[in-house]
Amino acid sequence: MSFISYLINGISLGSVYAIIALGYTMVYGIAKMLNFAHGDVIMVGAFTVFTIVSTLGLPPALGILVAIIVCTVFGITIERVAYKPLRNAASPLAVLITAIGVSYLLQNLALIIFGANTKSFTSVVAVKPLKLAEGNLVISGETIVTIIVGIAVMIILSLFISKAKAGQAMLAVAEDKGAAQLMGINVNKTIALTFAIGSALAAVAGVLLCSAYPSLTPYTGAMPGIKAFVAAVFGGIGSIPGAMIGGILLGIIEIFGKAYISSQMADAIVFAVLIIVLLVKPTGILGKKIQEKV
Amino acid sequence: MKKFMSIAMTSAMVMSLFAGCGNTAANGTADTTETATGTDTAAESTDASEETAASGGVFKIGGIGPTTGGAAVYGMAVQNAAQLAVDEINAAGGINGYQIEFKFEDDENDPEKSVNAYNTLKDWDMQMLMGTVTSGCCVAVVEKTSSDNMFQLTPSGSSVEAIQYDNAFRVCFSDPNQGMASAKYIGENGIGTKVAVIYDSSDIYSSGIYQKFVAEAANQPFEIVSAEAFTADSKTDFSVQLQKAKDSGADLVFLPIYYTEASLILSQAATMNYAPIFFGCDGLDGILDVENFDTSLAEGVMLLTPFAADAQDELTQKFVTSYKEKFGDTPNQFAADAYDAIYAIKAAAEKAGVTPDMDVSAICEAMKSSMTQITLDGLTGVGMTWDASGEPNKEPKAVKIENGAYIAM
Repeated sequence: MSFISYLINGISLGSVYAIIALGYTMVYGIAKMLNFAHGDVIMVGAFTVFTIVSTLGLPPALGILVAIIVCTVFGITIERVAYKPLRNAASPLAVLITAIGVSYLLQNLALIIFGANTKSFTSVVAVKPLKLAEGNLVISGETIVTIIVGIAVMIILSLFISKAKAGQAMLAVAEDKGAAQLMGINVNKTIALTFAIGSALAAVAGVLLCSAYPSLTPYTGAMPGIKAFVAAVFGGIGSIPGAMIGGILLGIIEIFGKAYISSQMADAIVFAVLIIVLLVKPTGILGKKIQEKV
Repeated sequence: MKKFMSIAMTSAMVMSLFAGCGNTAANGTADTTETATGTDTAAESTDASEETAASGGVFKIGGIGPTTGGAAVYGMAVQNAAQLAVDEINAAGGINGYQIEFKFEDDENDPEKSVNAYNTLKDWDMQMLMGTVTSGCCVAVVEKTSSDNMFQLTPSGSSVEAIQYDNAFRVCFSDPNQGMASAKYIGENGIGTKVAVIYDSSDIYSSGIYQKFVAEAANQPFEIVSAEAFTADSKTDFSVQLQKAKDSGADLVFLPIYYTEASLILSQAATMNYAPIFFGCDGLDGILDVENFDTSLAEGVMLLTPFAADAQDELTQKFVTSYKEKFGDTPNQFAADAYDAIYAIKAAAEKAGVTPDMDVSAICEAMKSSMTQITLDGLTGVGMTWDASGEPNKEPKAVKIENGAYIAM
């Protein structure tokens, strides 16, 4: 019985990682850059919803909508101001470091605006928890919604990229920026759109993260962001279904590691598994083998 | 590609280190902003007007603590409450007939500035030090007071090293002693028989309490059935720790952690239909002030804290009323510690019969031995005594959360 309950907990935690990882992998897959500020955009989304729903008392649906808009604007602005000027820098490290800088900027801004005090987030999920085995096993409404939203996002994103014109443009940009530009694709607009979608996903992830784990501080997004990045690498970074699978697996491994090995070593176990997976399959579970261009 | 991946992974690792720091910092700062809950008791005004010193000399007592910066809440509380106590004592005739002059210097919670503040106070001819407020600064200043042989009493420096020399005493429990006091309290009051512990193994405060708690539990009539840790890097999901506590049949869960994580634990336990008694230390103080927190989740939570502003005893009532009247807000436990510190100095000075014309070292020698002889009924404990190591012996006090307020037990 406790095994099943751990499994459910693992899936709950993993579904949150998965939905964050989708945004990570999307931006990486297209723009080939790791947006370390992704976790903090999640925090911005969560604070937006908190302000609208808990402070102003407006309906949650409006809160989510505004959060998506706010995060999208943030995402485009960050890309425009902090990443775009460095896109052609000699080292890919330049953008990585900038991303870390943006991450701290967002955390400190939130610290100034909202303070360091922990805020308790009211869940926006109205779905009732599913009780099995005479109430001994509980699957929370948040988990159900997170998994459904995660799968829906996964399918919509995959369809968008393979079918829509803008999605095709993204693929082309991912393949070769220079050639895409020559073929008449506006590379800047395409990358901006990628960040817009990634950040909108971050808003949704922020709402679901804080609904499942209702504590909100300016640092809320940082650690789940890192874990989700690991999940994305685990599943094969750049692969959209990979992010979903990687996230859920990571959650299960973390919970099982805590439950059956050691609660102090949970993170060490997660990273050990990551190292093993990358040794065996360097591109991650669903990652494609890409030939290095010569 | 591979090379890029390795750079990316390396930076991810580095990031996770940074993220760890950020989280710890959040804890620290969150802790500084804790406030006590308000009471609305009938006003009972205290006349704290000063009388001019009749006799020649005055005792010069210095205080050091952060009155600006991130930990300002602590320093301000100590400064205000100490001033309140000094005014009361002066109005009632002073120590051994001599008035007290009190001067408080800001250290911004920076050990270097704290030592500078100490030197400034020495230039002012300070004879005894009531400070410093924070542990880190106290560890630095105690080195100086020890070499100067200056009597030092810290209201709230709780780390073990803060009073490592024999000239230094403290009012609060040390971090590890909170663990011992909690175990005693649970055992002596029969609050639980099977105890589970959830602690933060990456935090010195939490793991220090945990170790002492386990050591003392061996002497107590309860059994520790599960002890699970979490770290700064994985503190959102506590389902495993709670599940293990539940499976092991624990009727009490001990939480020597800060309130941010505790609020998550409480909400996850409620989701699991697990309702043991939750018991914590002063780190849980402030849980009711988490914005938008559903306080019904914290109903019945007990915590070991030296001071509850709504305790009904006369001393607390009088203190809270005059503090509110003078400074406009409800005093927290730091204020209570400082208030007790000044009265402890008074009691020890009277016991030793020290006079302001004695030199610093002679006062210290006399105070050192008289501190171990006094018994003080203060805000943070009844019948407080001190031993030569500088640690206070007092009954731990616990409060219980009822109807969204801390109620003294």
